[in-house]
Amino acid sequence: MTAHASPAQPSRPYGRAVRYTFAAAAAIVGYCLILWRVLVIGGALTAGSTIPDAFVQGFTRFDGVAGAFLPQSIQQTVNALSIGSIYALIALGYTMVYGIIELINFAHGDIFMVGAFTSVIFLGGIFGQNGSVENIPFLIFLLAGALIFTMPLIGLLNVAIERLVYRPLRNAPRLAPLITAIGVSFILQNVALVIAGSGDRSAPQIFPLGWQLKFGGASISVLSIFIFSLSMVLMLSLQAFVTRTRLGRAMRATAQDREAAALMGVDMNQTIALTFLLGGMLAAAAGVVWGLRFGYVRQDLGFNSGLKAFTSAVLGGIGNITGAVLGGFVIGFIENFSSSIGQSRWSEFLVFMILTLVLIFKPSGLFGQATGDRA
Amino acid sequence: MTAVARPTTPPPVRSSRTRLRDWSDLHRSTTIIVAMVIVAITMYILPLFPPLTFIQGAGTWYDAFANAGVFVLLAMGLNVVIGMAGLLDLGYAAFFAIGAYTYAYSNSPYSHLDLPFFPMLVVGAFVAAVFGILLGAPTLRLRGDYLAIMTLGFGEIVPIVFLNLDQYTEGTNGIGGIYRPEPLAFTIPFTDFKVFDLGPFSAISPFNYFVVMLGIVTVTMILLYRLQDSRIGRAWNAIREDELAAAANGINTVTTKLLAFALGATTSGLAGVFNASKLTIVSPDQFLFTVSFTVLAMVILGGMGNIWGVAVGAFVVYMIQVVILKNINTVLESIGFPAFTIPGIDLHVDLAKVPFVEFQFLLYGVALVLMMLLRPEGLFPSQRRRQELHIAEEYDDGLGETTDISAVLAEAPAPERDPSSFDLSDDLKSDDLG
Repeated sequence: MTAHASPAQPSRPYGRAVRYTFAAAAAIVGYCLILWRVLVIGGALTAGSTIPDAFVQGFTRFDGVAGAFLPQSIQQTVNALSIGSIYALIALGYTMVYGIIELINFAHGDIFMVGAFTSVIFLGGIFGQNGSVENIPFLIFLLAGALIFTMPLIGLLNVAIERLVYRPLRNAPRLAPLITAIGVSFILQNVALVIAGSGDRSAPQIFPLGWQLKFGGASISVLSIFIFSLSMVLMLSLQAFVTRTRLGRAMRATAQDREAAALMGVDMNQTIALTFLLGGMLAAAAGVVWGLRFGYVRQDLGFNSGLKAFTSAVLGGIGNITGAVLGGFVIGFIENFSSSIGQSRWSEFLVFMILTLVLIFKPSGLFGQATGDRA
Repeated sequence: MTAVARPTTPPPVRSSRTRLRDWSDLHRSTTIIVAMVIVAITMYILPLFPPLTFIQGAGTWYDAFANAGVFVLLAMGLNVVIGMAGLLDLGYAAFFAIGAYTYAYSNSPYSHLDLPFFPMLVVGAFVAAVFGILLGAPTLRLRGDYLAIMTLGFGEIVPIVFLNLDQYTEGTNGIGGIYRPEPLAFTIPFTDFKVFDLGPFSAISPFNYFVVMLGIVTVTMILLYRLQDSRIGRAWNAIREDELAAAANGINTVTTKLLAFALGATTSGLAGVFNASKLTIVSPDQFLFTVSFTVLAMVILGGMGNIWGVAVGAFVVYMIQVVILKNINTVLESIGFPAFTIPGIDLHVDLAKVPFVEFQFLLYGVALVLMMLLRPEGLFPSQRRRQELHIAEEYDDGLGETTDISAVLAEAPAPERDPSSFDLSDDLKSDDLG
């Protein structure tokens, strides 16, 4: 340790995006390897080995059946990425709204739920689909149609909610908009309950689940790859929008300092409405892919997913777009991990513990910068 | 607080109403006891006569009153956290669950224990308080909205833990067959004379529960009022107004907030023990987020920060939920309310078949949003809370259009209060905000 630390930061050869990509790739590879070993141990235990013996095998066996677990763990990883991208899409809405008006929008999870219902109405109600569609052009038409139908609708719903209930409370004491958001969340949930009834409603899984890439005993569903790529496209477009366009610059300026941005001529109401629009659209996209992947929708879908997505946003550093996406993937991995070792009922507990630990020890999030007042 | 010149001569004419208020301000605990006795007598007599007997029998009414008391307790406890200290606790049902499970473990065939009820009230409250401190100690350093999401998560996972640890908690079925409290009868020493003999607690005589509940509510209310007027209560107010300023004035914000949090948990634990002894079963689905949300709606409707307002709000909301929503279909059916068709859109409406009970959370949600928009201080506001909510609104209504706060304060009616009590509006007036 030197006595006089140099004030200059060491220059980094790569930009942030490149570093994050490398980190994410390394995390995925590491996760594959760990999961591979966990599956080997689990397999040995199921085959009747004693616990110490299973652990020895976990570190020594790379042949035969154990070798087949590697493709399986790759399959699990793709699953985790597809679940994670749903959470990431929802988390973006939380993080953007929080970044701009410092409100935890409790209703955002329910916006996602309404998006999932709207997509079901479009695919099942308007187009009468109830099974997989093998005809590729028609499938593309339906998927694009669902997205184009749902996203603006839900985005506008979110904007309308902002206009009606959050804007009048913008300068009220902090508790007021939070409580209002909870109220809105319950209104959305219970309107869905009254209209659709309680319990699961089946959603048309138009994307053929039979499309699988098979190799070495593992089968990776094309749907998961599709979900992952779609989310990546949406997130990259969002990133480009926020960093490259004039409106995006207005958003960033507002997030940094609302008053100063207003003095510089940024239209505050328009910018905030735009944030809600984008957040709602991404949540709607998440709703569409939720229906495709899980095949059901329910009125309380938004509550749990919302909590997990919010955890993702906190994990990545709230207000930080890249962080929210990475946080979403982390949560996806955790959930998938807990279900691959047969303990999916504890996944919510795990996610909550992570939320607690992050908030206590690093409230600025794993990827966020400490901004003093943020936490 | 700088001295503000006050007229020293008392106003010459004092109405009996003013005198009553002054007396009740000085003897608050006595006032509460007197008021609760009046309430108890009213609640005892009313169900015996029409029109209440038409709806349900007297026993059912007492039962409903006792259940409403559980929510009154919950609301008064949450009011300490939200209304007094200004912390948003969304996982309040978790402490309710912890209190209830504590009683279930100490008084059921499951654990082969049969501990006395009244000491267990204290123990359950204490256990809940411990959990409140465990949750609060690390999280209360965080800013308000993070606290909200943390408590929301806590409230969500406590039922999940009770559900998943099925080897210790019987999972979904919950712990059943919880013993009822021992009879209230109190034998005067050296005689056979029994006082207060109401017979054993049972499902068919809910009157005992009603009496016990009234006692618990009275004691809690007295304690909370005393706390509110104490140094701690003023510290809570100060933290709610401006945490930074409170800390600068020497208040240990973390400890004070922790105290509010623990007290809220304590009250919730009390309610949990009572509820478990009354229902004789605890299961995870009694403690879902809807409970926390219901209590939140009660506190907001009653008026954050006003103890009796919150209690009345909780009672009224619970009675609406249980009596009106549940019976509205039966009543409509029995009076033969006709089904009608709205012409034009050809919508057939049969109000007797509308499931009003399913709408209750929708109604709460609407009520919450409307209250926040139109009357954030609640239906029975506390004077201080009303002023601060409205001043905050007018002080900074939009960018660049700042109203002069001294003008707002000059218009606001001067509160009539004991000058020695902590008065925030005076602070604002005399300080340099103008």
